[in-house]
Amino acid sequence: MIEFHNVSKRYPGCQDALSNVNFHIDSGQMAFLTGHSGAGKSTLLKLIALLIRPTTGQVIVNNENLGRVSKRRIPYVRRNIGIIFQDHKLLFDRTVFDNVALPLVIQGMPHRDIGKRVRAALDKVGLLEKEKSLPITLSGGQQQRVGIARAVVNKPPIILADEPTGNLDPDLSREIMSLFEQFQQVGVSVLIASHDLELIRRMGHGVLTLSGGRLIAGGDGVTP
Amino acid sequence: MTRLKVYIARHLQVFFSTLGELVRAPFSNMMTIAVIGIALALPTGLHVLLQNVQQVSAQWDGAAQISLFLHQQTTDKQVEQLAGLIRKRQDVSTVTSITREAALEEFRQNSGFGEALDALEDNPFPPVIVVYPTSEADNIESVQAMLKMLGERPEVEHAQLDMQWLKRLYTIMDIGRRGIWVLATLLSISVLLVVGNTIRLAIESRREEIEIIKLIGGTNAFIRRPFLYTGFWYGLTGGVISWLLITTSLWLLGGPVNRLATLYDSHYALAGLDLAASLGLLGASILLGLGGSWLAVTRHLHAIEPQ
Repeated sequence: MIEFHNVSKRYPGCQDALSNVNFHIDSGQMAFLTGHSGAGKSTLLKLIALLIRPTTGQVIVNNENLGRVSKRRIPYVRRNIGIIFQDHKLLFDRTVFDNVALPLVIQGMPHRDIGKRVRAALDKVGLLEKEKSLPITLSGGQQQRVGIARAVVNKPPIILADEPTGNLDPDLSREIMSLFEQFQQVGVSVLIASHDLELIRRMGHGVLTLSGGRLIAGGDGVTP
Repeated sequence: MTRLKVYIARHLQVFFSTLGELVRAPFSNMMTIAVIGIALALPTGLHVLLQNVQQVSAQWDGAAQISLFLHQQTTDKQVEQLAGLIRKRQDVSTVTSITREAALEEFRQNSGFGEALDALEDNPFPPVIVVYPTSEADNIESVQAMLKMLGERPEVEHAQLDMQWLKRLYTIMDIGRRGIWVLATLLSISVLLVVGNTIRLAIESRREEIEIIKLIGGTNAFIRRPFLYTGFWYGLTGGVISWLLITTSLWLLGGPVNRLATLYDSHYALAGLDLAASLGLLGASILLGLGGSWLAVTRHLHAIEPQ
């Protein structure tokens, strides 16, 4: 579902942010991406979401070589990836319902189908009764769950999460992680960037460890 | 079929939601709309005035006149015959004939050279027929054609077209028309820039939202749509405002113009914007609104990319 072949990324005037990274994540597989800040976690996620392009190497997502995706087609590729951000990136002038509905609206789903899907997603994250609230009235954990509902509402085959539990206490973090496990169990590939090593260890999924732009554990052809 | 339905439904949704935003913030939007309205009212109003001037000048029969100087030996009877003949023409409203004696008399009274005339043995004046074309024929081409035709008659020694002042008026109106176009072009550009700038600010204030929409797979067309519709609404409402401004101004001018017309024994009334001109005004202002927002959107939307 996600494959990196000899991927390197160099920003102009800097040393390699990623160098020669190889790994793959199958569908229905969950993996953590870890490493110190500056190790290249964000760069790796951005490559998958086509926010940036690799300097060399190939990124293949949903059997599609992202190197062959034209600028015009980028939005359509992103629709197959549910992205969850540390800062949630919610629209604060719209209700929870409207926030979650946004990916469906973007895809042009008929209005009557949108309500059903949005409520199913909100139900999944346990915020069904908050659909008419504005995000600002919610707690950090609730906002994060709205972000998750938005990421999964159109049933993407891939979920990316960038430090989803970064600002949450351990109980809430566990709750969020178990949500991800539920998605994984229905066949979604989940890649979570996190530095909560304790939590990662307890969850017992695959771990990709980055250090200085190199994959030092968990990748293809890397012995841990 | 359902795709088309969804597409139309989405456009309708944006159509009304952008209108709703406009209505919810009437004062800040009113500034932009008023600028558009005034900027468009100026050239359109001048255009209406010029059209009125044109109409007035068209009502003046005899703006052009043709003087036919006949041969000296033409008898008064022949002059009358010719005048009667010309009078039958469709494109002629009035024909007056001036006999040699009348011409002499008129000159004697008006010129102050009366005594000098007495020294002459002969009356030096030829008989003259003055022809006034009808208002339909009162344009340079048909008057000139008439001049040629009448000038070819054997009795006529010399035919002269006296429309110097009419030519001047036409030239002045041509300058006016050209001036209005220049003004309209400049003000249209300013409308384009005003709308563009307003939309640019709207884009800036929604930068975060645009980034998020791009992150979750929104196409540029999707992001562009509400801004374009906002531009459309600016154009439409600005056009309506300028229509109202012109109509009110004409209504205010209507009373004095009527009084002036009465003093000239005329029933002239100011003509306002007709349907075609009104639709043209609205169409132009909608196009300018759309164009301005299009400029802003294409220029600034690509610059916003999620990081």
